[in-house]
Amino acid sequence: MAISVSWINDYVDTTGVDLNELALKITKAGINIEAVNSKRIDNLVIGKVLECSNHPDSDHLHVLKVDVGSEIYQIVCGASNVSCGIKVIVALPGAVLPGDFVIKESTIRGVTSCGMVCALFELGKEEKTEENYNKGIHIVEDDVEVGTDANVYLGFDDVSYELDLNPNRFDCNNHIPFSYEVAAVLGKKVKLPDVSYTKINEDVNKYMKLKVETKNCTMYNLKMVTDVKVGPSPDFIKNRLELAGMRSINNVVDISNYVMLEYGQPLHFFDKEKVGDTILVRMANEKEKIKTLDKVERTLSSDDIVITDGKKPICIAGVMGGYDSSVDDNTKTIVIESAIFNPYNVRYTSINHNLRSEASLRYEKGLNYEYCNMAIERSCHLLEKYAGAKVLDKTICYDEVEKSKKCVKVDLKDINNLLGLILTVDDCKKSLDGLGFSYINDGDIFDITIPNRRLDVINHVNDMAEEVGRLYGYDSIVGKLPKVLSKPGRYTGTSGLRKDISKRLRAMGLNEARTYLLVSEELNEMFKYNRGNSITLLKPMSDDKKIIRQTLIPSLLKVVDYNNARGVKDILLYEIANVYFDDDKEDTLVSALMTGNYMIEGWHGVNKMVDFYLIKGIVCNLLDYLGFKNRYTFIKKENDGLHPGISASILLDREEIGFIGKVHPLISKNDIYVFEFSMKKVFDKKVKALKYKEVSKYPSVVKDLAFIVKEEISSDQVIDAIRKSGGRLLKDINVFDVYKGENIDNNLKSLAFSLTFMDDTRTLTEEEVMDVFNKIIKSVCEKLDAKLRDK
Amino acid sequence: MNKEEIINSLLSDIKSIKTIKEVNDLKVKYLGKKGLVTSLTKNMRDLSEDERRLVGKDLNELKQQVTEKLDEVLIRFQEEELNKKLEMEKIDVTLPGISLPIGSPNILEKLIEDLEELFMGMGYDVKEGPEVEEDLYNFELLNLPKGHPARDAQDTFYTKDDTLLLRSQTSPVQVRTMLSMENKEAIRIICPGKVYRRDDDDATHSHQFTQMEGLLVDKDISLADLKGTFDIVAKHLFGNDRETRFRPSFYPFTEPSVELDISCFNCGGKGCHICKGTGWITVGGAGLIHPKVLENGGYDSNIWGGFAFGFGIERLAMLKYGITDVRTFYTTDLRVMNTFDRRES
Repeated sequence: MAISVSWINDYVDTTGVDLNELALKITKAGINIEAVNSKRIDNLVIGKVLECSNHPDSDHLHVLKVDVGSEIYQIVCGASNVSCGIKVIVALPGAVLPGDFVIKESTIRGVTSCGMVCALFELGKEEKTEENYNKGIHIVEDDVEVGTDANVYLGFDDVSYELDLNPNRFDCNNHIPFSYEVAAVLGKKVKLPDVSYTKINEDVNKYMKLKVETKNCTMYNLKMVTDVKVGPSPDFIKNRLELAGMRSINNVVDISNYVMLEYGQPLHFFDKEKVGDTILVRMANEKEKIKTLDKVERTLSSDDIVITDGKKPICIAGVMGGYDSSVDDNTKTIVIESAIFNPYNVRYTSINHNLRSEASLRYEKGLNYEYCNMAIERSCHLLEKYAGAKVLDKTICYDEVEKSKKCVKVDLKDINNLLGLILTVDDCKKSLDGLGFSYINDGDIFDITIPNRRLDVINHVNDMAEEVGRLYGYDSIVGKLPKVLSKPGRYTGTSGLRKDISKRLRAMGLNEARTYLLVSEELNEMFKYNRGNSITLLKPMSDDKKIIRQTLIPSLLKVVDYNNARGVKDILLYEIANVYFDDDKEDTLVSALMTGNYMIEGWHGVNKMVDFYLIKGIVCNLLDYLGFKNRYTFIKKENDGLHPGISASILLDREEIGFIGKVHPLISKNDIYVFEFSMKKVFDKKVKALKYKEVSKYPSVVKDLAFIVKEEISSDQVIDAIRKSGGRLLKDINVFDVYKGENIDNNLKSLAFSLTFMDDTRTLTEEEVMDVFNKIIKSVCEKLDAKLRDK
Repeated sequence: MNKEEIINSLLSDIKSIKTIKEVNDLKVKYLGKKGLVTSLTKNMRDLSEDERRLVGKDLNELKQQVTEKLDEVLIRFQEEELNKKLEMEKIDVTLPGISLPIGSPNILEKLIEDLEELFMGMGYDVKEGPEVEEDLYNFELLNLPKGHPARDAQDTFYTKDDTLLLRSQTSPVQVRTMLSMENKEAIRIICPGKVYRRDDDDATHSHQFTQMEGLLVDKDISLADLKGTFDIVAKHLFGNDRETRFRPSFYPFTEPSVELDISCFNCGGKGCHICKGTGWITVGGAGLIHPKVLENGGYDSNIWGGFAFGFGIERLAMLKYGITDVRTFYTTDLRVMNTFDRRES
């Protein structure tokens, strides 16, 4: 929307005010003016063609002598419709036409030309179409004076403010509400427009009956005018509508739009001949039909408010009129509607029928009953003046508007305490006067009445602080730090754990990914592991953002694709993000994905490819760091999306917290390893406080041994057996070799361990150690059907 | 051989040897049990005590002389050998070092961590809230009643009728926190987190993005306190010479509401393409907590006040690091990410 400054000038005197400066001041007060625009073209005057002769060296050019008031110019013109005696628009040297076309004195085929006679499309007044091109130069009406500024004639003398409003102040899209802001900034007062007219001695009640059957219509004013002459609008109306972004149709339609742009109150005009003698406002019946102004037949629902003629709908309230009741070129008598409907219904209806208009947008924001009353009077004034209308006596009113006044008593001290400013009583008065807030003032106390047009303001001191503060300006606020209790800030809930995990994984060389919560169904199914129902959006924007994910792995796989496509093959990633399972239970997952080299092979031959044991090492390192040493295990478990032979569950305190494994070759041909676990489950486990533990003063004894066991026996099983038979002297077990091949039968393997024995209180003797060592050998061999290979 | 002959013989021997082993052989030859020097002592027994003392002294001097000469050679040889070894071990120090894996943060997380540290230093706790949120907390209690344009179904992802949604802002954590305070004490929190709106993804829009909300509930709090706090953030992120300003604005949950502007860090306020010629850049929104929101949180708005602020982390990061496409944060292009694995200057 744009505001016409000349229009504003009707309500607040802006003569002599620098309009750019004014725009800055208004913006500073919170009404954002994005641009100050003007179509003005300098050196553009009305001229009269005194002579018109053919160009000596051309078959279509003319040489003109044009009187522009002060002087007579010779101008070469190529238009076919130019002739002696007509008045034209002349762009003199120095004029800059749209498209940065600079007019200069020049010589055209040997003849000097001092300017250009213009067509409207060349001035940006009309669109550049073939039709407009063929019209030739614009012939100015004879009553326009020669030598006057053509900008005035064209309506180019106006300046427009393009607005970018905050949603609470859409009222400023309309000229009267906007003028209060201008008045407040300039310290002036608003003068409302003329709403007077002569009534004829006919009572509207004789011709029309009104009935409102729904609470969703709180006000309905109805007037009638007759003897209307439909024709073109006067130039000022045309120009102003055009500048505000609306097209001129005819005087009648334009007046309804004009009044809407004044007050913000949309009006609707019915052709009396087409509607009969009854107006009934009600909710539409389900499946009821109406053909709207755009000639589309629409099916209504019971949430739509309709205006009917007592039987059938003639208008969708607040949204669009019916085709069959609309004003046309032959309309003589008009029924005028000025009404207030439930904003939510209008909003619903306009969205539902995809019919959002300037009018519906205004209804949706809610309307002020005072303006509803004024606007209908104003339209009668204008119809009388510009469409020859005769206005019938009386207004038919339905009025159920709640009219309690919004009053608030505030202490200036409280306002200053909120703003951190020192405003005086006079500062406060100046702002309130301009904004049209009435008040009674006693010392620092203001008893303020909020005007009805300000639906956004509530009767609270904070609102008053904002109104006076924004006009005074916040620039003089001197920043300080709040006087509050000194205390340390900390991470609460799981946020601290999350940071620690994040930093640890980064320290181990994993990069932090950030992917989207919303995924496609296929993606979510890829690694689905018993997490219950997922959440599907009610109205997804697209299939690929339909479901709230339950695993992060598929998203990380997409990151792999993205990087692979850009030549990056060594990819180490993690992400910590929320997921939802079992409908709406929230969990936070820690997920990682690793593929390619962990350390990159160079000239030195050092490299480390990612494999299962590397990523497992990362998990163990992380869990140890978090204080869970010796509390977690990995047990073989198949999982959707993972290689059946290379996948495991991660158990913490015997509870499954997640999985680890290699991505199934059917999903990716690359060797990709992943893990994922629930951060919530980890968070719930208690960890003992970190304490210093003295290192033993006595030496330890290390003994190596190797067992030959069946292939299906896991390393953990052997370790478990060793630990159980090792007693308290056995301090540490380390697997240092796994061997299959020569000298070992096909279905067997060799596992080599080094065992550390120690006593914290004394030096162990060789015999003691050997006793335990032999006990271990015996026990493992018996339990697991193992053979000692070596010791 | 007499003393003199021994010395001469030694000097001539030394000239002809090349290795440490040969030095040791010479030690044996001269000083060993059957060595030349030792052999001179054999006749000592036949001498008188006085003579013996004299000769003994003489012999000791000889022994010392021989030892010194041989040690001299030994040290020279050892040095030569070490130098030879060192020379052999030299490497090309310009060859590249072994590259260790780089663990880079996501750019948004990096910025969030930075801000968390700043705010925790000022006594703010870091709080999180659910991403699938109730309409009640996301809108209703934040003074956005049903039908309010800002909560249009066009903008918000609903998951279950009109009661559950993907939070469209981090502000619900404000009310949740206020309601959770049993004794209704003062509050200082920041809540960084992901939020969701129905936007088609392009260079400047993202259906998922990141906000950081701040809330301070206390007594006698004014816009001046907000400004002082914002000054610290602006200077921390964008340099000590940043100026700040408030512009009137609108948020349903604050009153008065302001836009948070900083003087343009690119042009210093003269006007350029980054600040679109205005000299100022908007980096967030804020205001004094709306009395209705305080009441909704169970705080008496006649006693308590405070401020709330919100930053778009993507916007801050784009400004701070000169990023022009918001998708940069979500593609995890490792070529980009790895350049962010460093401390700020």
